[in-house]
Amino acid sequence: MTFLVVNDVHKGFGHLPVLKGINLEVDLHEVVVLIGASGSGKSTLLRCINGLEAVDAGEVRIGDLEVTAPDVDLDAVRQRVGIVFQQFNLFPHMSVIDNVTLAPRKVQGQSRSRAQDAARELLARFGLADKADDYPDRLSGGQQQRVAIVRALAMKPEVMLFDEVTSALDPLLVGEVLDVIRELKQEGMTIVMATHEMGFAQEVADRVCFLDGGTVLEEAPPALLFGSPQHATTRSFLARVARI
Amino acid sequence: MTTPAEAPLEAPTIPYVDPVRRARARARGRRDGLIASVSTVVVFAILAYLITSSPGWPKVQETFFNVDEAISAWPSLIKAFVLNIKIFLVAEFFILILSLLIALGRGLRAPVALPVRILSTVYVDFFRGVPTILVILLLGFGVPALQLKGVTNSPVVWGTVALILSYTAYVAEVYRAGIESIHPSQRAAARSLGLSSVQTTRYVVLPQAVRRVVPPLLNDFIALQKETALVSLLGPIEVLRSAQIDASANFNYTAYVVAALLFVAITLPLTRFTDWLQRRDTRRRMAGAM
Repeated sequence: MTFLVVNDVHKGFGHLPVLKGINLEVDLHEVVVLIGASGSGKSTLLRCINGLEAVDAGEVRIGDLEVTAPDVDLDAVRQRVGIVFQQFNLFPHMSVIDNVTLAPRKVQGQSRSRAQDAARELLARFGLADKADDYPDRLSGGQQQRVAIVRALAMKPEVMLFDEVTSALDPLLVGEVLDVIRELKQEGMTIVMATHEMGFAQEVADRVCFLDGGTVLEEAPPALLFGSPQHATTRSFLARVARI
Repeated sequence: MTTPAEAPLEAPTIPYVDPVRRARARARGRRDGLIASVSTVVVFAILAYLITSSPGWPKVQETFFNVDEAISAWPSLIKAFVLNIKIFLVAEFFILILSLLIALGRGLRAPVALPVRILSTVYVDFFRGVPTILVILLLGFGVPALQLKGVTNSPVVWGTVALILSYTAYVAEVYRAGIESIHPSQRAAARSLGLSSVQTTRYVVLPQAVRRVVPPLLNDFIALQKETALVSLLGPIEVLRSAQIDASANFNYTAYVVAALLFVAITLPLTRFTDWLQRRDTRRRMAGAM
């Protein structure tokens, strides 16, 4: 069942076109991984899906909600779509528990105690129980990124977007963040993630999309896309990534 | 999920230092301390000797540092100084609130808020450009000249209003700089969680911005503490006026010196506090954990 639809979306910044008529369909419980060179439009696509960037043309739908409709309530859209960024973007002036409970309390109107109970449960599930009262600058990068994921999950989103969430991490800390995403996949979360971790893409993706110049050049299940890429551009990208 | 192996961030152990090196470092510390004390005492002794032995000193001492004069002027000076403190406290209270409103007004992007944006911008441009002393004279003498019914003619009130108008413009800019210094990714993260624009400003942007601008804010308040003396131009007996009266009655300037020391005495704690905050801030950024 198709849950998320990106239909012929265009997006430019000034004179620079970034997305040039991109199409993407994601089923419920599906994990779709976006790969492609820097500047190919992965981040911009994710930011268009949750309405952080307004599209120039085309449409985005999540379930029965049209994100790109002119009268859409974007705050409502964003409650259904969790996003995690490369740079964590935790709120540095708040403790971990306050970071996680801010939106449930202020947006969903939950009581402090209820929001905190739910947050502690989530933190405990991802090995962060003892960090609840720490401030973000006391945590390692991996811990910060896991908190950022928990913060997004606290809003009980229907789909999670991950924007190169391991790119800013020390290689030793990448694993713990990927573990969290693995677990989310097992629980049946619908996931769209941009990443440079090809091994991980191969492992968790139901489908891999190769973005080039603002369109999806090629998409296939990971075994197929990594095993026998159809386009020369895809092949040369994969060869370049493999050399790193 | 398995608990991941983490590098311990809070190392509870005390770092090991070679006892010989530690002893050597302590000895060096004691020697440095001794040299610093001796050098300070010698330099200040020489300065004191040079000043007090110079031919004009008795006359200077008599005119500026006259102890009897200081004692006799003290009660009226301290009483007048209370007025400075009152002006300062009242002004500061209003400045903190108004300037924040102006700074937020300048940041509004909604089309309907354009007039607010224009007004705030014009306000700041105008009052930052006009000398404070001019605003004080304009309001202090100008408003009473209107002879409005039900409006006070008190020079203290209008002097304080003038200080508020003038300093609100400066402090609004300080706030605005703080708000603009918060990285857009913070706003993006908050909006992504479903927070509205107002909620994002209230819970995410402002708390960080205010923390960041505390040192420059305090700087402006140190300046404001001194500028309360400008209200003396309108006639009320605040500390500067009181010192002036005393000086012209006795042809002795000790009262000015005492008034100066009073200002230093109240600004000094704030100055030191600001220094401390700035140092702490720098240290945090150096630690650069973000």
